[in-house]
Amino acid sequence: MMIRVRGPDATMDIQLNGAPYTCGDQTTVETLLAALNLDPERVVVEHNRTLLERGESLVRPLSAGDVVEIVTLVGGG
Amino acid sequence: MTNDSLRIGNYTFQSRLIVGSGKYKDFAETRAALDASGAEMITVAVRRVNITDPARDNLLDYIDLERTTILPNTAGCYTVDECVRTARLARAAGLTDLIKVEVIGDDKTLFPDAEATLEATRILVKEGFTCLPYTNDDPIMARKLADAGAAAVMPLAAPIGSGLGVCNPYNLRIILEQATVPIIVDAGVGTASDATVVMELGADGVLMNTAIAGAKDPIVMARAMRLGIEAGRLAYRAGRIPRKLYATASSPLEGVVR
Repeated sequence: MMIRVRGPDATMDIQLNGAPYTCGDQTTVETLLAALNLDPERVVVEHNRTLLERGESLVRPLSAGDVVEIVTLVGGG
Repeated sequence: MTNDSLRIGNYTFQSRLIVGSGKYKDFAETRAALDASGAEMITVAVRRVNITDPARDNLLDYIDLERTTILPNTAGCYTVDECVRTARLARAAGLTDLIKVEVIGDDKTLFPDAEATLEATRILVKEGFTCLPYTNDDPIMARKLADAGAAAVMPLAAPIGSGLGVCNPYNLRIILEQATVPIIVDAGVGTASDATVVMELGADGVLMNTAIAGAKDPIVMARAMRLGIEAGRLAYRAGRIPRKLYATASSPLEGVVR
């Protein structure tokens, strides 16, 4: 049996807004938004094509290879 | 005068002008133009946050959400999937179930892909969205979109940002004659008289972005549009005189001193 020991600096790679992104391997959606300095009330998050609705818990662990989209409302016609 | 408000789905508006929030110099100008226009609904787009440089200011901080209804759009979408996904993201922002359904068919003309727009509208109506599809000036398409459950149908006057005004008033008249839901003319308006013409034809409202944001003085143009639309609406309700080939004197024919 292989035991994988995770050190405090362990990182993982995810896809974030269409580009590769490296974060700590204990990152949740909530901590990711905080690390990016984003207000959860002003953005919408999609995690592996699952839309996180307002009020849904953002304490959602991310895994290596996850695809995350963070969008907001901007000026447009 | 009886109440002349605009009703779209469960929403009621006193203003028949809907503005866009794109192409302004900054958010302060956007806000000033919105105020001058008297519009009660403003469109917004849904875009990825810039991770490396997230803007400190957010557009929504400049809009009084108590007085202004947000209308998210699916601008930039070229497929049904992109459109539906974007609409769901927009709704998840928790502000509204309104969506301007936009599926573009060509990046030069930005004409809507009618087939895809209809399919996306059907899907989104089933998911409970209040759909306002942006479409071409084909009366058949307008009817299909209304039958599909659109809360309003939004035919273009001319290509987005072209400023050409109403290119096909005859089609627009037919669309208006056959309409079963509000018709909001969206795209192509250039100046106040274009908006007045749209309202005189009997449209329920006008949506514009570039005509205001791209004007030399957007704040003044916003006010012009507000007045133009009010004038056009009043003229429509007043019932204009018919067009005649020959004159009909305005003064009495008898009693002239000769």
